[in-house]
Amino acid sequence: MSTNQPERIFEGKVASPGLAAGHIRLALRRPVGANSTKDPAEERRRFDAALAAAAESLGRLAECQSDEAAVGMLEFQLALIEDDELIEPVRQAIAGGSAAVTAWSEIIGRQIADYEAAEDAYFRARSADLADLRERVIGQIEGTGDDEADAMDDAILVAEDLGPSRFLEIDWTRYRGGALTGGSVSGHVAILARARGVPLVVGLDLGTARLVGGAEAILDAEQGRLIQYPLGLTREAFTRRVAERETTASTEATFLPRPAVTRSGRPIAVAINVDEPGVVASIDPAHCDGIGLTRTEFLFSGPGGRPDEERQLAVYGGLIAWAKGRPVTIRTLDAGGDKPIEGLTPEGETNPFLGLRGIRLSLARLDAFLPQLRALARAAALGPLKVMLPMVTVPREIDEVRGLFRDALAELARHGLPAAMPKLGMMVEVPAAALNVAQFEVDFFSIGSNDLVQYVTATGRDCAAVSALHDPLNPAVLELIARVVAHGRTKGTEVGLCGDMASDSRYLPALLDLGLQSLSVAPARLAAVKAAIAGHG
Amino acid sequence: MSTESAIEGSAVITHEIGLHARPSVKLTKLAKSFTSAIHLRGDGVESWVDAKSIVRVMGLKLREGTTVFFRAAGPDANAAVDALVALVKRDFDEHKPA
Repeated sequence: MSTNQPERIFEGKVASPGLAAGHIRLALRRPVGANSTKDPAEERRRFDAALAAAAESLGRLAECQSDEAAVGMLEFQLALIEDDELIEPVRQAIAGGSAAVTAWSEIIGRQIADYEAAEDAYFRARSADLADLRERVIGQIEGTGDDEADAMDDAILVAEDLGPSRFLEIDWTRYRGGALTGGSVSGHVAILARARGVPLVVGLDLGTARLVGGAEAILDAEQGRLIQYPLGLTREAFTRRVAERETTASTEATFLPRPAVTRSGRPIAVAINVDEPGVVASIDPAHCDGIGLTRTEFLFSGPGGRPDEERQLAVYGGLIAWAKGRPVTIRTLDAGGDKPIEGLTPEGETNPFLGLRGIRLSLARLDAFLPQLRALARAAALGPLKVMLPMVTVPREIDEVRGLFRDALAELARHGLPAAMPKLGMMVEVPAAALNVAQFEVDFFSIGSNDLVQYVTATGRDCAAVSALHDPLNPAVLELIARVVAHGRTKGTEVGLCGDMASDSRYLPALLDLGLQSLSVAPARLAAVKAAIAGHG
Repeated sequence: MSTESAIEGSAVITHEIGLHARPSVKLTKLAKSFTSAIHLRGDGVESWVDAKSIVRVMGLKLREGTTVFFRAAGPDANAAVDALVALVKRDFDEHKPA
């Protein structure tokens, strides 16, 4: 296939490795109103069409949801766009000469502001539903709506940035990969993409105005670039690399069903990180040593709103059933930092990474934490469950949680509900906890290398300007990991590592040299990690 | 709307959050099934709002324990007020029978 269009390379950074060829599906938002027609009649037509399209997609989404709370949220949005109190003022503004996008943004923006100012946390949290509706309709007006029905089979999604919930919403089987103008390689979306093996390039350089929707393209998420209208030679080189990659992958795949053992015969437990329970469906539990980390944030920031005890129990129980007797580690809610949750995490913190996050937030918000502890205590009766606390700083936090667990067990027993005390462990990610590790009485330690690196080197995970200093191999980081490993060995307490370091071939050898015997990795990296362990001395 | 012909009724919100999104959607849907003009207000608030508008109804941000007043005028005003009062009293059918 030939084209007269010039090849163009857009440089970015690799957030999730892989190679893909296909066509660009552009979901970039132009500056608001940039493509308005300045014709009130045409703008009115576009607005009405956008509302109809939004209503249709909301109805479709509501139909395929089984979760009652999610359906309620979608029906609320549907009711809003059918409400003349909201829609008429927009039509009037359009008749008065406003662009459809401007009029809509402004009028729904007032509603959003009104909800944001509400006293009651429930009503405040509805501002997110309204903001979601705002984006949905804007997307339709601007023709960048994420109506996946029209996604091509070999599409490469090009967007500005994706929130974690939006990332999870997208059916990635319809896309070969993604490229974002925003985003960061250590942000949450990058973690999600790596877990699924979705090639992702972030921080695409400026000049994206030259991107053409529907253009043939190559996504090189090994070198971090998107190539539009690749020349014949570029395509040939790419095809060779795809072949090499496939050879490597098939070699690695042979290690998948076998237990991981180093060349010198040291067995290494390799578990998987679960960021969203759907991810386990495609994995054979026999290929791993259980689940080393379950991020429960997905439950709290998903469309259903805050999950009750039963909904949580169903999810935790599902993971335990999947693991068929292998240990399942579930981390209690780790909100805050770069994972805000409306109505739960504090607003306006000057430094959220040093603020009320992780276990600190949970202990301050027992209304959210207790249902999770009760669900976990009940899940512990179903199989080998390990509960892991994030952002632990001092031993008192462990004691408090243990006390809350005991209370929950007593109450569940009064109600005749089966429950058990799970193994209780902690993440080691706060330097104070790593330095003071001997003071903590827990059943297991799991090193959270992502935050540990950030706190030890004082470099933000999302700050590109200091990314060179954000080095997992900094001797201070390795020293702390070694300390925790040594302590675990002395006490006979299990020490694992569940951060991105374990999934990365650049860092894995150092971790094995430090004596770690238990790792938890992105599911898509399972084969590669096992192969790397087998090749390590 | 002439006050003489208006039918009125009231009920107390028993849901623990108050008049939240799902009940509000149910309420406006029910109100829209009548031809009468229907308004409501919460106890302690003077202004009446259109019971057929989700923006207005949710905008009241009514909490648990608040009494809601309905006022309807039109051919099916009686039935409308009865139905709406019953819906609030049933707690919007949010709780399935045990």
